[in-house]
Amino acid sequence: MGQTMKTVRYLLKNPLALTGVVLLSFFIAIATLAPVLTHREPYQTSSYQMPRAGFWQRPQAPSPGHPFGTTQGQYDIYYGMVWGTRTAFKIGLGVVAIGALIGIVIGSLAAFYGGIVDEILMRLVDVFMSFPFLIAAMVLTTILGKGLNQMMIALVTFGWMGYARLIRSEIIRIKEMDFIQAARASGAGDLRLIRMHILPNSLFPVLVQTTMSTGSMVLTAAALSFLGVGTEPGYADWGQLIALSRNWIMGEGGNPFAYWYTLVYPGIAIFLFVLAWNLVGDALRDILDPRLRGKRA
Amino acid sequence: MLTYIVRRVLFLPIVLVALSLMIFSMMMMLTPVQRLAVYAPDPSFMKGGASFVKDQIELYGLDDPFLLQYGRWINNILHGNLGWAQSFSMPVGQALVQLFPATAELGLLAMLPIVFGAIWLGTKAAVHHNDPIDHSIRVFTILGWSFPTFVFALLALMIFYGWLDWFPAGRLSHWATMEVASDSFHSYTGMNVLDAILNGNGHILLDAIRHLVLPVITLAYVWWAGMVRIMRSSMLETLRQDYVTTARAKGLSERVVQTRHARRNALLPVTTVAGLIVAQLMGGLVITETIFDYHGLGQFAARAAQNLDFPAVLGFALYFAVILVFVNLLVDLLYAFLDPRVRLG
Repeated sequence: MGQTMKTVRYLLKNPLALTGVVLLSFFIAIATLAPVLTHREPYQTSSYQMPRAGFWQRPQAPSPGHPFGTTQGQYDIYYGMVWGTRTAFKIGLGVVAIGALIGIVIGSLAAFYGGIVDEILMRLVDVFMSFPFLIAAMVLTTILGKGLNQMMIALVTFGWMGYARLIRSEIIRIKEMDFIQAARASGAGDLRLIRMHILPNSLFPVLVQTTMSTGSMVLTAAALSFLGVGTEPGYADWGQLIALSRNWIMGEGGNPFAYWYTLVYPGIAIFLFVLAWNLVGDALRDILDPRLRGKRA
Repeated sequence: MLTYIVRRVLFLPIVLVALSLMIFSMMMMLTPVQRLAVYAPDPSFMKGGASFVKDQIELYGLDDPFLLQYGRWINNILHGNLGWAQSFSMPVGQALVQLFPATAELGLLAMLPIVFGAIWLGTKAAVHHNDPIDHSIRVFTILGWSFPTFVFALLALMIFYGWLDWFPAGRLSHWATMEVASDSFHSYTGMNVLDAILNGNGHILLDAIRHLVLPVITLAYVWWAGMVRIMRSSMLETLRQDYVTTARAKGLSERVVQTRHARRNALLPVTTVAGLIVAQLMGGLVITETIFDYHGLGQFAARAAQNLDFPAVLGFALYFAVILVFVNLLVDLLYAFLDPRVRLG
């Protein structure tokens, strides 16, 4: 109870954090209610396939049937944005969870065993890190082929190293603390030490990191879709909606903003989604970072 | 210091081999037939029937053991042969060399506002810790950090090209491209801004800058967000140090304390992320060049990826990865040199 009150008090005192929580709840609601908020056409093979109002290229302005208009190829922008929220959660949470898990395993092994194991694993981390992230993900997605899963595999492959480094340095710090020595002296085995004592204590920084990078993973995925190596054509995905707007941003007939809705609506969706995660991550860091905690109180 | 440099340099070949192995492994995920397509001069090549394809796979050794093929690939690369870029109808190596100056120009110009803007804003935020200036800078950085580059770029293009027509897309206007290609203009470096200055040609200079404004701002604004944060916390940390108090106690003006004593030391941690910025910048270049139709390596990579032009994509990846390895080495050495604790330790 005391903890809940503290969190509520913190949120009320920090408008930025509150904004983050509200935005995130909003997106969770949209993702959950997606089937209620949209109407599935009988010809759609999957709910993630955006319905089309025709096949001609030119986007159509917002109308009662299509509240946000249709984009190139007559894909309904509103539908794509609603189901794209689910896609964004899938990408963000999926990639970050698996990446963090891999990172935690590798980082823990390196920190706990030290010596040659540490050296080899950390050099491996270095090599993976010496690849520019977006480019590495782009290359691997190109090779694996288009699709959500392929893209997620590519993002995980090059997205685990930060966690490995973080957890390693945390564990090395904690390993030397007195309570670990005490546990060891009382006969705890390696696995028990890692599982019961070291990991729980080093996970908080990882939690902050995962929150912060959920947003940026969604950004990178959207960038890949934008570059044309992401999801399959017609998949409800914000990055793809923006890619579809690209040919129309110069407008037509002296009106440069003729097709603004093809860019602005999906753009706002990505921006607010990433912003929500960043604000929540920022707040978590404030709350969990013991160095900052003392000063705020 | 010396052992540190030696260790760092000795590790370099290992990194390069590991990197090339990684890229080659990605390539080997393709089937031999897919990789054969890479050697195809035209589409009719692959229509030669199953036995023909099999012969060709044999001929190029695309079924050989991994290490044998890897050795052959490395040997080719060391001889400057990166394969044929189908989407550009030229050898990959040639394309990479030809497009490098354009990308280097954009990247280097973007570094200036990133670094100086971030240092300035970060210092401001730290000095005004917890007052409105600090808060607004914080809000600005979080907003910037969350705004997708490609949406920003498209909006910029919509407003400043489509509507106001101030900053066009591309690298140069048509007339300027003709002039640069003509005999009267000497292309010393391939970087338009620098060449225009060396030629004393004001029109070209102005035209080149007009085309660079939007891409540079696009590349810079994301990194302002990240860098300002680092600079701010580093500066805050430094301002709490005893020697800053001492400097104040000596009666030095606050400005001198901030710039001479605190900021210089606060810059040190910022150096460590320089490598990270370059890595991020490379990704940003792919998006920015694609949107602004800027003919450089980034646009090359994006087009190659869309066309499934594997040799071009992999050649580009290797190229950028190697550049990044050397940048990181340089950054580490610079850091060691700047920080007396590392230099003398």
